[in-house]
Amino acid sequence: MIQLERVTKTYPKASRPSLDDVSVSIEKGEFVFFIGPSGSGKSTIIKLLLHEITPSKGKVIVNTRDVTAMRSWRIPAFRRSIGCVFQDFRLLPNRTAYENVAFALEVIGKSQAVARRVVPEVLELVGLGGKEHRYPQELSGGEQQRVAVARAFVNRPLILLADEPTGNLDPDTSIEIMRLLDRINRTGTTVVMVTHDSNIVNQMRRRVIEIENGRIVRDQPRGVYG
Amino acid sequence: MRWRYILSEVFTGLWRNVTMTIAMIITMALSLGMLGGGILLFWQVDRMEKFFFARVEVSIFLKADITDEQRSALDQELRADPLVATNGVTYESREEAYNNFKQLYRDSPDLVESVKPDTLPESFRVKLKDPEKFKEISERYKDKAGVDDIVDQKELLGRVFDILGSLQTSALLVAIFMGVAALLLVANTIQVAAYSKRREVAVMKLVGASNWFIQAPFVLEAVFAGLIGSIIAFGFLMIGWWVLFSKGGSLESLETVLTPVEWTSVLLMLPILAGISALVSAVTGWVTLRFYVRV
Repeated sequence: MIQLERVTKTYPKASRPSLDDVSVSIEKGEFVFFIGPSGSGKSTIIKLLLHEITPSKGKVIVNTRDVTAMRSWRIPAFRRSIGCVFQDFRLLPNRTAYENVAFALEVIGKSQAVARRVVPEVLELVGLGGKEHRYPQELSGGEQQRVAVARAFVNRPLILLADEPTGNLDPDTSIEIMRLLDRINRTGTTVVMVTHDSNIVNQMRRRVIEIENGRIVRDQPRGVYG
Repeated sequence: MRWRYILSEVFTGLWRNVTMTIAMIITMALSLGMLGGGILLFWQVDRMEKFFFARVEVSIFLKADITDEQRSALDQELRADPLVATNGVTYESREEAYNNFKQLYRDSPDLVESVKPDTLPESFRVKLKDPEKFKEISERYKDKAGVDDIVDQKELLGRVFDILGSLQTSALLVAIFMGVAALLLVANTIQVAAYSKRREVAVMKLVGASNWFIQAPFVLEAVFAGLIGSIIAFGFLMIGWWVLFSKGGSLESLETVLTPVEWTSVLLMLPILAGISALVSAVTGWVTLRFYVRV
């Protein structure tokens, strides 16, 4: 489902590469943690998978497509097969939970009729039934992240990327979000999560890839934070 | 749904930044008005040149002591000259010149009084095939026996056209400067709009909205302002035409000199200006988004 082949990424003006000759293969339906200290290069992987940046060397293959060779006009269609959540939620403050999720459908050309059918369903799935018409500032951090997960998942992507999704949440709320991501993973969606939350990694017991100074130092099925 | 979404984005965008929108529309209107005026003047000068140059004549004034042989030799030579239009030679005797003069200045009896029938010289009025060839005619005939002076009407007209030409140039220059100001305002408006919608744009890119869908509202904002600007500019031109050329307009009396400006050519300005402004705003908007804001 996801392959990095000898990927090196050096940002302009950086003294050393952010990712240094990294090769990884992730199968369909896997749940993978990328862990490591700040600045180790783990967020760079998310950016590469979204095609926000291109590698300096090597190939990135997502869903059998070589992302590095993709023409720029194909990127939007490509991103529709990927959902993404972030530490800072990235919700639109002037739209309700329902509207935030519906927005993601409308801007890729889905009709309002489709949104009316699908959005309540996915909000129910993430446990926000009854709070559809709250604005982000009327929701707790955990609830806001649930809206973000609903938005990422509403289009039923093949891959869900999560960049420190529990970074702003307390431990109990974090566990709830992890249960939600686990549930999504069980529907067959590949989940790639970048984190440095050791508690969560230790509880989930999923594949752990540890990155340090841009290199993979550990790749362990059912791993712990270490 | 998509078009309704895009249109509502366009109007909220224009309204959110209404002072900038107005500034953009005003500069566009002025610039387009100048451009339209320049184009109309260009057409007008073109038409006037065709009209007058088809009628200009060269006057060859004859000396008072010219002999009959000299006159008829000159007459034959002119009629055989390849530069002269067929049947383009008219002889004007002293009496005819005097009668024409009396007719022309019949409102000033004092002036007519001061001129005696024999003070005005006799002349040949020569129409050229190509009005530009005056110099050759002048060179060829100025030293012939019996020729006193050769005058080209075109030279007098040339000064009128010089004035019109410089008017036209200054209108186009002003149009260019105003146009640059309008384009900078368009670029700035789009930057402000893109900044105020940066969250939406970020989400749209994340979930895979197509580029044209993200960019269309911004570009259409500029196009819409451009179209309004061109309609206002057209209004300026119509008012200007009405004040100057319509029945009772201030230049009506000059219509014999200035061939009349038809209002259909003013009407033609609407699609021309609208087309130019829409195209230019769209390109500016797109370039701003593509290379500057990187939406």
